[in-house]
Amino acid sequence: MATTPAARRGRSGAAGGPAPLPDPEAAREWLATMQLIRRFEERAGELYAKAKIGGFLHLAIGEEATIVGAARALREHDYLISTYRSHGHAIARGTPPEAVMAELFGKEGGCSRGRGGSMHMFDLDRRFMGGYGIVGGNLPIAAGFGLSAELLRTDDATLCMFGDGASNQGTFGETMNLAALWRLPVVFMVTNNQFGMGTALERHSAVTDLQRKGEGFGVPGVECDGMDVADTYRVIRDALKQAREERRPVLVEAITYRFRGHSMADPEEYRTREQVAEWRKRDPIGLWAARLVEDGVLDEAGVRASDEAAVARVDEAVAFADASPFPAPESLYDDVYVLGDQVRGWYSVDERGPGVHRGEDERERPVEASVREEYDQHAAGPHESGDAPRPADEAQGERNHDGERGG
Amino acid sequence: MAVVRYREALNQALREELARDERVFLMGEDIGVFNGAYKVTAGLLEEFGEARVRDTPISENTIVGMGVGAAMTGTRPVVELMTINFSLLAMDQIVNHAAHIRYMFGGQVAVPLVVRMPQGAGHQLGPTHSHSFEALYLHVPGLLVAVPSTPADAKGLLKSAIRDDNPVIFIEHEYLYGQRGDVPDDGDHLVPFGKAAVRREGDDVTIVGISRMALTAARAADALAEQHDVSAEVIDPRTLRPLDLDTILASVRKTNRCVIVEEGWPHGGVGANLAALIQEQAFDWLDAPIGRVTGADVPMPYSKPLEQIAFPHEPQVVDAALATLRDV
Repeated sequence: MATTPAARRGRSGAAGGPAPLPDPEAAREWLATMQLIRRFEERAGELYAKAKIGGFLHLAIGEEATIVGAARALREHDYLISTYRSHGHAIARGTPPEAVMAELFGKEGGCSRGRGGSMHMFDLDRRFMGGYGIVGGNLPIAAGFGLSAELLRTDDATLCMFGDGASNQGTFGETMNLAALWRLPVVFMVTNNQFGMGTALERHSAVTDLQRKGEGFGVPGVECDGMDVADTYRVIRDALKQAREERRPVLVEAITYRFRGHSMADPEEYRTREQVAEWRKRDPIGLWAARLVEDGVLDEAGVRASDEAAVARVDEAVAFADASPFPAPESLYDDVYVLGDQVRGWYSVDERGPGVHRGEDERERPVEASVREEYDQHAAGPHESGDAPRPADEAQGERNHDGERGG
Repeated sequence: MAVVRYREALNQALREELARDERVFLMGEDIGVFNGAYKVTAGLLEEFGEARVRDTPISENTIVGMGVGAAMTGTRPVVELMTINFSLLAMDQIVNHAAHIRYMFGGQVAVPLVVRMPQGAGHQLGPTHSHSFEALYLHVPGLLVAVPSTPADAKGLLKSAIRDDNPVIFIEHEYLYGQRGDVPDDGDHLVPFGKAAVRREGDDVTIVGISRMALTAARAADALAEQHDVSAEVIDPRTLRPLDLDTILASVRKTNRCVIVEEGWPHGGVGANLAALIQEQAFDWLDAPIGRVTGADVPMPYSKPLEQIAFPHEPQVVDAALATLRDV
């Protein structure tokens, strides 16, 4: 059963022995990127507790190998699309941590200009095609990327990551069927972290062997050890090759675990301290660092230095995010539409003050005094008196407030 | 100029845009081998091949979602849904994704997707195939919404929709598919979004008709002129997002009276929305409360006489127009 930290069920996937080490430079870079994601997430959790970050915050601590191993298997022009837990995916794809942190802060310098927040990171230049807040909503979109590659005759492949919970959505079956039927170059990677929010895998899915859930739709499955960055890399690389060259989609189940709650609003009443502790023994960063030391790629001091560099980089990200301005109130209606050369008409109607006018014209109009006052109050700082408590504050138990329960 | 049916005008638009831009492709249920549930796509599979005219499984949400993804990455999909009721299965992809992606990702991508589908009552298709949902889509920022009522507009607006970089909800009408009208042969016959058509000029009352109801409004105006000596101005907005409110306001300022006719439900309807905008902008010009004629506030019944009284016809529009005049 998947609630114990078995490395691999061994039913499929690459056969025999641990995945080989990449060249030393890559091996160190994988470690550094996993450390950067870990430190970034830890800091984000702290800043959330200090109300510098709003909304929901889903951390990927424990899942770093699934992110880095998969991202490194991609070519530059391949597409990566993920879920609401995707700070690390953007970072692994090359988005500066500064832009990711600024997005969490709701700042103009964020990778989605402060419009998306934690769940909606995006970086077109690096073909990180987004975090998506609707569970299972990204699957059809990923197939659409594959369809474009077909129609435009490119050899770009798409890697679509989603969680075990998403495998129960209707879009899962619909998308598997279409991807297989139309032979789309898409690798579907289900990050099985054992829980759909707070519902354990065996309580939400009749078939817990998730790699098999695509078979009836014509999508073969394999698994990888999601706590082993090299194994994840190897399996995803092979799956991408099959998708790209044979035009056959593949479903990869990455077996992993998140060490923190589903979001910061998670009192974690659905799992035991002991289970978390067991999985922590297979911490993907610890495992990889130990292997690099054992193989002489890096010494202990090198591991520490790499980690310290990650902490320093996160410091820079926080400084950038702090310094970045909030989006201007005049920009509220930016990018609702592509304003073209057709009659502009009334794309948007602004009704926030007396009278009614075109939303797109807000940039040219003075901001209503009452609107400006509201904006200034919130731009001045988080948690002004009178702010409604955030959902997380209400749901959150004392014991995991800073994520300590798991560790 | 040639006289063609509404469905043929749509077919011409699709054919011309497929020929003009190889990034354009079609997908939908039974649009290829079957030639489309309403034959709008007849002959296109043969002409453009399976890669660009794609029969899909019955998976509305995923078809639209694939259209979103394809549109984000360099192609221009036109998705057909068999009827507007089925679009409710795709509401997640239309609202949470197609409409929001550009905004929520800070303007980095556009979603040049067209979702076409027919709506409307009159064919005894009962409560799951007969509704009019333009108000649902009008509600959503990020979408454009077209409701063409003539063959020329059907063609010109569909071509504009395909060339536009925004997601477009393109609402056809089952009754209109067989209607004939003059359509320019010109391959560049475009009808711009956000420009209303004044179907008939008049001085006494403005009647705004949505989708098929633009035709009903025009016939009501004929009756008002012939039987009641009332000169009605008939406006067909053609697109609801963007909305050409200026043309409607100019008319209301001239006639001082307004009636809005739609086939959809009354609560939260197009007329409710439009009446609010008109009273905000032209309150001092109004000589009577704004009238509305809407579909009945019920699921669409199957039985023919019941169905026929559940959506507006000319006499109800005439009565509503006369009521605005009696209030003086």
